[in-house]
Order: sequence, then C-alpha cells, then structure tokens
Amino acid sequence: MFDLRSISKRYDATEAVRAIDLVVEPEKTTVLIGPSGCGKSTLLRLMNGLIRPDAGSVQFEGETLLPENAMQLRRKMGYVIQDGGLFPHLTGRDNAALVARHLGWDAKRITARLDELIELTHFPADGLDRYPAQLSGGQRQRVSLMRALMLDPDVLLMDEPLGALDPMIRSNLQAELRTIYRALGKTVVMVTHDLGEAGFFGDTIVLMREGRIVQVGPFGDLLNSPAEAFVTEFVNAQRGLLGVSEEAAQ
Amino acid sequence: MTWLCRIPLLVGLALVPPGLADESPSMRTGSKAFTESLILAEIVAHLADNEGLEVEHVNGLGGTRLLWEALLAGQIDIYPEYTGTMTEEIFAGQGIHGIAALRTKLAEYGLKMTDPIGVNNTYVIGMKEELAARLSIRTISDLREHPDLTLRFSNEFMKRADGWGALAQRYQLPHRDVRGLEHALAYEALDKGVIQVTDLYATDAKIRKLQLRRLQDNRNHFPEYHAVFVYRAELEQRAPALVAALHSLEAAIDDTAMTNMNARVELVGLSESQVAADFLAEARGIQSRVREQSVVRDIARYTLEHLHMVAVSLTAAMLIAIPLGIVAARKARFAQPILGVVGIIQTVPSIALLVLLIRPISYFSDDLGYPQAVVALFLYSLLPIVRNTYTGLRGISPHLHESAVALGLPPWVRLWRIELPLASRMILAGVKTATVMNVGFATLGGFIGAGGYGEPIFAGIRLNDYGVILQGAVPAAVLALIVQGLFEVAERVIVPKGLRLKSGA
Repeated sequence: MFDLRSISKRYDATEAVRAIDLVVEPEKTTVLIGPSGCGKSTLLRLMNGLIRPDAGSVQFEGETLLPENAMQLRRKMGYVIQDGGLFPHLTGRDNAALVARHLGWDAKRITARLDELIELTHFPADGLDRYPAQLSGGQRQRVSLMRALMLDPDVLLMDEPLGALDPMIRSNLQAELRTIYRALGKTVVMVTHDLGEAGFFGDTIVLMREGRIVQVGPFGDLLNSPAEAFVTEFVNAQRGLLGVSEEAAQ
Repeated sequence: MTWLCRIPLLVGLALVPPGLADESPSMRTGSKAFTESLILAEIVAHLADNEGLEVEHVNGLGGTRLLWEALLAGQIDIYPEYTGTMTEEIFAGQGIHGIAALRTKLAEYGLKMTDPIGVNNTYVIGMKEELAARLSIRTISDLREHPDLTLRFSNEFMKRADGWGALAQRYQLPHRDVRGLEHALAYEALDKGVIQVTDLYATDAKIRKLQLRRLQDNRNHFPEYHAVFVYRAELEQRAPALVAALHSLEAAIDDTAMTNMNARVELVGLSESQVAADFLAEARGIQSRVREQSVVRDIARYTLEHLHMVAVSLTAAMLIAIPLGIVAARKARFAQPILGVVGIIQTVPSIALLVLLIRPISYFSDDLGYPQAVVALFLYSLLPIVRNTYTGLRGISPHLHESAVALGLPPWVRLWRIELPLASRMILAGVKTATVMNVGFATLGGFIGAGGYGEPIFAGIRLNDYGVILQGAVPAAVLALIVQGLFEVAERVIVPKGLRLKSGA
C-alpha cells in the first residue's frame, strides 16, 4: 500500500525522520509508536503529503506522491487527528459531506453513504445536524471518522485518534474502532504513544526513536525478541506505569 | 447560496444612484467657507443662470489652496478671490505688486480676472471693544504694552506671507505661544473671553454683532484685499455674456454694501442665494431664481449623499481590501508591504488627503468634492479591513488548515468553504470599524463640497449657528448608531451559526 524509500525530514536543527524505509501491508493495521518527538506523527504526515520529504520518496499504490498528484491521492486516504479537526462552522453532516459535495455527489448518494456510516460508527442520526461545539468528544471523533470514510478510501491514517478522550470513553471507543477496522478490512496506519493500544490494534508495530525505526513486527516480537535494549526499556517503562497504577489500585 | 454572497445584499444600497448630479452643469463656480465668498459666488451663479447657463455652485470649499487647485484642474471655472490673497499667499515671495502684474502672472496659468469689484476686505486685527477701551488699545502698536494677552489667528493667517510672522516683526510684538484656530471658532472664543485678539475680515458682519474694535494698522502692514473674480480664460469663449456681466460689476460693491450683505446672512438669517438675488434685483434689475430652503428636504438630501459616499467607498474597499488581506495572509513576503502601505495611508491627515486628491482625480472625473471624498474614504477603509482579514485568516488553527488539505480540497475551495467562513467574524469586525469610521469621516466631505452631513456642519460653524450644525451632527451620530445596530444583525446572517455557539457539549 505504502512504500517509503529512505525518506528524511528535518525541522531546523532537529532531524525528525532519518532515512526511513517502510512498507505498509494492505488490509492490515500498522501502528506507529515511540516516545514523544520520535517522528511518528511526522512519518504519518509524510504519507499523505501534508509535509514534503527533504529526501526519499513515498509510493502510494505504486504511484510516487508528488505535489501535483497529492490532492487526488489524498482522496483515497482518510485522515483523522487527535481532536478530530472538525470545522466548527459546519454541522456534522456538512463536515462529513464536504468533499463529496465538492466532487458533485447528489444529495441522495450523500444521504445513503451517511446512513451507512452512521450505522458503522454508532453515531446518533440526529447528531448530524449539530455543530461540533454541541457534540461530545467521542461524538466528534465519530464524525471525524465518518468524514474520513466518506469517499470509501483505500487507507485510513489515524493520528492518535483517541488521544484527547477521557479513559472510560476511550476504552469503549477502542473496542468499537477495532470492530470497525475489522468490518472494513481496510489498510490502517495509526499513531499512538500507548503500548497497550498498539498491541490491541496493531497487526504490525513500528517502534520509532529519534527519527529512526527501531523494530518492525508483531506485538509479540517486541516482548519476546527485542531488536535492541531500547525496545525492552520502552516496553518496561509502559508496563511500569501500568504496574504502578495496579499497585495503587490494590 | 454561500455565506459570502450575503454581503453584497448589505451594501446593495451602494448601487442606488446618488440622485445628486442629475446632469453635468455647463459651468461651476466655487466659493470659500465664509459668507462673503458664498454671496459673491451666488451672484455669479444667478448671473450665469440669467444667461441661460446650467450652473453649479460648489460652495464652502475649505481654503484658498483647495479652490486654487480646483480652478487649475478645471473642476471649477470661477471663484471670488482677493488680490492680497493672490500676491501674499498663492504667489507668495514672487514679488508681484499691482493689478497688471497679477494679470500677467495669472495668464501663465491660463487664468484671467475682473477688475476689483470695490470691496477691500483686508485683514484687520480685532478685539472686544470693552476690553480694548479698558486697556486703551487703539492701534496694533498698542498691543506691545500687553504681552499677556492671548492671541489666536486663523490657520490661514498663521501661514500667510503677510500673516502673524510678518505682523509680529513689523510691530515688534512680544507675544509668545501664538497659535492657529479655525476662523469661525475664533469669534466664539473672542466673545467668551477665551482669547483676546484675533484676525478679522474688514467687511465682517460679526464685527458689529460682537462689538469688536478694529485696531488701526498704523504702520500700514496689510496689503489691499480687493475682491475680484478669477476665472479660466476659456470661460470667455464658453460664456462671453457672463464674463461681460461680471466685468460690469467692477466697482459696484463697496465695503459698506458688502458688510450689509454679510450682515443680512449672518445676523438676519437670509440665505446667501437670497441676498445675492436681492442685490442683483436692486442694482441690475435682474430677477433670480432663489433656491427654496426646506430643513426636511435638506436633511433628506444630506442623508442620501452621506449614505452614498459611505456605501460606495466601503463597497470598493471591501472588494480590494479582502483580497489584499488574503494575499497578505497566504504569501508571507507580501504581508509586510501590504500592511505597511495601508497603514501609512491611514496616517495621512484627512484634509491634506482631500487636497492632494483633487489634481489626480480631475483626470478621471469632472466632478469636484464627491469623488475626492469617496476616494479618501475608500483609502481610509482599507487598513481595518485588510488587517482584520489578515489576522482572521492567520488566526485559524493549523489543525483545521491541515484537515482541509488532508481532505483533498483544492486551495480555492479551502479558502471559500473553510478559511473565509472561519475568519468571517474578524473580517466583519474590520468592515464594521471601517463603516463606523467612514460615517464620521464622511462629514469632512463638507470641507470639499461633497455634500452629506458635513455640509450643514461646516455651514453652521461658518454662520456660528448651532441649529445648522445640529442638522448635520445629530443625523451623523444617529447614522453611526444605526450602522452599529445593522452590523449586529449582519453578524447573525454572515457569521456561521457554528461559530457563534458557546463551545462545550
């Protein structure tokens, strides 16, 4: 689906992404994880061309992503960010239907597609006519997901989609989101900083550190055959947090 | 369909024709912003009307420089001027003495003038009779003994070659802190005792009304200020009968006759048009059409003119300023130049801007006053709209900007559907600032003969008549409030509902 070839990006003094090669398998969920500033969000934004690489190239479905074709290719990539990125001046419906309307879909087709998506995301139908300010955080993320799925894209790019939600809602939505991913059978690339979430979603985990990929593989590999000491450190640090909170709970 | 399409509805009245300049007149006379000049110009207007010419009187223009520029640009054909003003101010420092030399000089500019019509409206220095008697001041020299008196002179007098500087030197006057003041306000200040000494015109009706003493010019400082009509040479071909009629007025109006006419306007309350008509009826047996005055109709006309100036200038400003703001917000290298230039325009004093605009605009329009006022208002409106458009667009969160890009929307769709609506509240606030400011600024149109509420305000100051001032000042204030209110409504129509909601579920 995605084929990143020795791709690099630097911001002033910091090298956010250093000569990364990565192949994203179709119809699988790939999770990018790592400590803050490791370059995982930058890598995701390089994939849909929001930022241009200083070196290397992004291949999407065999095509090289360039400024000239980025707009067309982006319509095949749904994109969801942490706080949803919904436009506050548009209702849920208008947010979700924005691009479809621009592409000239008729009202019937839009309504039909929205009906499917409402069912998929368990979104209350009357909520579509509310503005983002009138929706809860979880509802906003559902609208954002509907907007990303509207054109039935080949791939979903999710940048910490659950990061801004409180824990209860978050765990409910995690379960729902995985059901949705499975129902769709789409390629998903998801960024998170939470190892548990990575394990829960990811067919493939990509662990990053300081702009480089440390290890790529299934979740079990990270635990059982760490590529280097950092992998274990990272896993233990996250477990440690869990352990502390478990102790506190007892 | 889209939110922005609603804006033109709000300024739709801009397309209403002004209804002011019905047909273009075959000639225009100008006058300065004081009674005598207005009466003399009305005499010209009546005579021209009598000769069957379509005449317009662009009245009460703010100063000599304004009229001179308008005459050279051909936006007026004639106006009453004083020989002393030409030799001492217009041609200051060129050593021109006497009528013949003046004629030669005027010819260089394609201008001619009549012989003096009799009035010698020279400057005199005046103070309250009662105070002058108490201090035994009879001559200008006597002022030397009273250095503590407050002297204020008209702005024009402060700058003239024969004005305060030369006067102080000639009489060795010791007074410090002498400053300029609008002439019409000087009388009021003199009467209230705020100031003690000012410059007056010799034929001024207020000299009698306010019981002022004219101090004797014992060292013959002031040159003669004989009233003449200055006109463009080609008027002789276009209106030979009028020019002949004007020449027949030579030596026909002496100081006393002029002072009486001034008094009938300022003390009796007749219109300049009426007084001029009475003079022509008596002296020449000419019956003139005097424009009837009606307060209601006048206010309706001022309102229409005022609204029109504001609406046209604002519409043009929005059409230019919003795109400029967009360019500044999108292209960083254009931001500083654009914001810088519109900022500098804002610092040009309004009256200076009006005068500066006369010449360039004369190449595009024969009209005087209205186009200059509209262009000045347009220029002043740019800054608030450009700046708010820029700030509004720059203030959009980068997340929203990226979301729009990531959706695969082309730039112009992002601008139209996302960015402008998000910035709409800010842009509207800029337009509102510009409009309210414009309603106020447009009163300066009265200074340049553009009409609007400024016309009665300036006329009222000139005539020292608060009633007339209020005819302009009150509706201007009411209009500003109405505009303010309309924008509250406009905000509901234009700013998308989702942006007006309190955030949080």
